[in-house]
Amino acid sequence: MNNGVDFAVIDRILDRHGAQASNVIAILQDIQGEYRYLPREIFPYLARKLQMSAAKIYSVATFYENFSLEPKGKYVIKICDGTACHVRKSIPILEKMRETLGLSSQKITTDDMLFTVETVSCLGACGLAPACTVNDKVYPSMTPEKAVELLDELKKEGTAC
Amino acid sequence: MSAFMMVDNIPVPIHGEENILAVIRKAGIQLPTFCYYSELSVYGACRMCMVEDKRGNIQAACSTPPREGMEIYTNTPRLRKYRKNVLELLLASHCRDCTTCEKSGKCKLQELAHQFGIRDIRFGDGQVEHERDESSVCISRDNAKCILCGDCVRMCEEIQGVGAIDFSGRGARMKVMPAFDEPIASSACVGCGQCAAVCPTGAIVVKNDTQKMWEELSDPHTKCVVQIAPAVRVGISREMGLGEGENAMGKVTAALRRLGFDEVYDTTTGADLTVLEEANELSERLAKGENLPLFTSCCPAWVQFVEKHYPELMHHVSTCRSPMEMFGAVLKEQLKPSTRRIVSVAIMPCTAKKFEVQRDEFKRNGVPDVDYAITTQELISMIRQAGIVFDDLEPESVDMPFGVSTGAGVIFGVTGGVTEAVIRRLSDDKSTTALRAIAFNGVRGMEGVKHTEVEIGGKKVRIAIVSGLNNARPLMDRILEGHKDYDFIEVMACPGGCVSGAGQPFGTKADKARRGEGLYQADRMSPIKRSEENYAVTSLYDGVLKGRVHELLHVEYGK
Repeated sequence: MNNGVDFAVIDRILDRHGAQASNVIAILQDIQGEYRYLPREIFPYLARKLQMSAAKIYSVATFYENFSLEPKGKYVIKICDGTACHVRKSIPILEKMRETLGLSSQKITTDDMLFTVETVSCLGACGLAPACTVNDKVYPSMTPEKAVELLDELKKEGTAC
Repeated sequence: MSAFMMVDNIPVPIHGEENILAVIRKAGIQLPTFCYYSELSVYGACRMCMVEDKRGNIQAACSTPPREGMEIYTNTPRLRKYRKNVLELLLASHCRDCTTCEKSGKCKLQELAHQFGIRDIRFGDGQVEHERDESSVCISRDNAKCILCGDCVRMCEEIQGVGAIDFSGRGARMKVMPAFDEPIASSACVGCGQCAAVCPTGAIVVKNDTQKMWEELSDPHTKCVVQIAPAVRVGISREMGLGEGENAMGKVTAALRRLGFDEVYDTTTGADLTVLEEANELSERLAKGENLPLFTSCCPAWVQFVEKHYPELMHHVSTCRSPMEMFGAVLKEQLKPSTRRIVSVAIMPCTAKKFEVQRDEFKRNGVPDVDYAITTQELISMIRQAGIVFDDLEPESVDMPFGVSTGAGVIFGVTGGVTEAVIRRLSDDKSTTALRAIAFNGVRGMEGVKHTEVEIGGKKVRIAIVSGLNNARPLMDRILEGHKDYDFIEVMACPGGCVSGAGQPFGTKADKARRGEGLYQADRMSPIKRSEENYAVTSLYDGVLKGRVHELLHVEYGK
C-alpha cells in the first residue's frame, strides 16, 4: 500500500542530494518536509537507492528527535518547555492546547490531521518566553488565552482551504 | 630494532597492530571485552578494555593505536574498580536468571561477572520484562538481555552484508531491532546466525530443538536416522576435550548411537550426490552458455540471501538441493518399507539449516525430507545431558549401505571445498598429480574471496569462491551491471565456510582455520577422493533415484 507517497518526488529529492548513504539525513529531512513525517514505504525504497539497510535508515530516523514516523497535522505546534519558558509558565499553555484539541502526551495529533502539539526543549527564543512555534513561525509571550485564540484562527484558515 | 611499547613494565614489540589491545593480547594478557572482534570494526562501547598510562589517563585499548615508547598498565586498582563498575551497571538492568538462560555457561557477561567477583549489584533488582522475538526458526531474540555492544549489528552489516538489525532510538531507549521492530523472520535476515555467534549474552541465541529431539528418540514408534555434516566432526572436538579441528567423526557416530539413533550416516554421501549433479548442471550451462555464472546452492543462508536481496538473480542459483536435502530425500525413500515412523535428523554446523528443513520445497506430501536440523552445540548439550563421557567413547563407523565416503564430500565443510570437489569431477586429467595440483590453484584458504581458473573440456572456466555474504555483494552487483566475469561462483554465508557456522562452538579465526585443516586431513586419509568413484552413491542412480533424479535431488525455489 502506498499512502499517497509519490516516488517521483522521492526521486527528485534523491537527485538533488545525490543518492548516497552519506546524504541520508538531508534526504530524510526533505522527505519529511514534503510529507510532514517519514512514511514507512520510503524505507525499503531508500534502502535500495542508497545501498544501505532499512534497519540503518530506521536507526538514523529514530536517533533524531526531529524525525517523525507518525503522520503529523497540518499545523505542527511546538511549545517551548526550556528553562526560561518553563518558569514563565509554558505548561499551562500546553495543557490548555491539549484540553482544547482533546490531545495528550500520547496522542499528539488530532483526528482531522489539522493539529499536532508537542514540546521542545528550547527554541532559542528565551527573550520571548513563553514561546511556541506553528510550522516554524514563532509566537512570543503566549498565554493560555492567546493559545485558544491562535487555535481558532488556525482552524478557520486550515478548513477554509 | 623494531618499535616496542611497555605493557605492565614488559617490553612488547609493535608489528603493525591497529590497536594496543592486540599488542596487549600478544603479551599474554587477556583484557576483558564485550564489543571487540578483530574482524569487525572497532566500536569502543563496552569500556571493559580500559588501560591506564603513567599519568593516570584511562583509555580504551581497542580504539587506541599503539605508539613507540607507550607505557600502559592493564591491572591497576583504578582499572579494577572501573571494570567492576561497568559490569555492575550492565547487570543493573539485565535479567539475572542465569540458570534458565540458553546462554548459561557460554555467556560473556556471566563469565566476566564471575571473573571479577561481582557478588553484589548495588543498583536495580535484575527484574526485567522480556522482549522476545521468536518469529525466526533459526534464532531467538530477547532485548532484555542486550547490553548494546553492537556486535550483532556490525556482524550482520559488515561481514554478512545483510543489515537486518540496527540500533533504534537513543540513550536509555536504545534497542537493537529490525526496521520498525518488525519480526526478525520477515526482515532482511537470512538466518545465518552469525549475530548469535558473536552475541556475548543471551540476547540473540540459536533456537534449541533438543527437547523435540528427545521426544522423538524415546518414542517407540519412531525410527530415528541421522546424518552428520562434514564441519561437525571438526567443530565439536575442542569443546569435548580433543584438540581444535581434530576429526571426531568416529566418536560422534558412537555418541549418536548411544543417544538412541537407529541409523547413523554421513552427509558426505549427500555431498557426493551434489558434486555429480552440480557438475552435470555446470557442464550443461557451459555448453548452452545459459544462466552463467552458476551459483552453488548448498548454503541455505546464501540461497535466502539471493531470494531476499537479489531476487532477479535467482535463476543463477543451482537447482541442486543441498547435500543435506539430497541425502534426506534419498533416506526417506530408502527407508520407506519401515513399519515405524521415520524421523530424519541432520547434525549441522548451521542455524540456517533449521530454516531449510521446514521450507515447503523440501516437503513431499506435507512431510519434510529432513525433520530436524540440530546444531553441533545442541548435539554437545544432548551428549552432556545423557551423561555420555565423550573421552571414553570408542570410535565407530557409520552404517551401510552408505558407509563409503569420499574426500570430495568431506571438504564441503570449508570454503572452496565444493569447488574443489566439482573440479575433481570435471577435470579431464584424472591422475593423482592433477588431483593434488587442484589444491594449489587457489581454491584453498580462509580468504573471503578467491579466484581460480580451470580448463574443462578444452574450455577455460572462471571461478570465484566467496565466504562471508558481504563479499558476495560486489560480485552480484557486477552481474547486475551485465559483466560476465565468472562461470561458477561458490558462496558460503559464514566466513571460512561451514566450519565457522553459527551452530558450532565459539571459535576464533585461527580455530576455524584449524577446523578447515582437519577436513583437508580427513580428505587425505580418505581412500576415495572423487565423488564419482563412490559406488554407494553411484549405485543409487540404478536404485531409488531411477527416473526420479529431478524429484529427489533438485529443487525449484519459490515453487
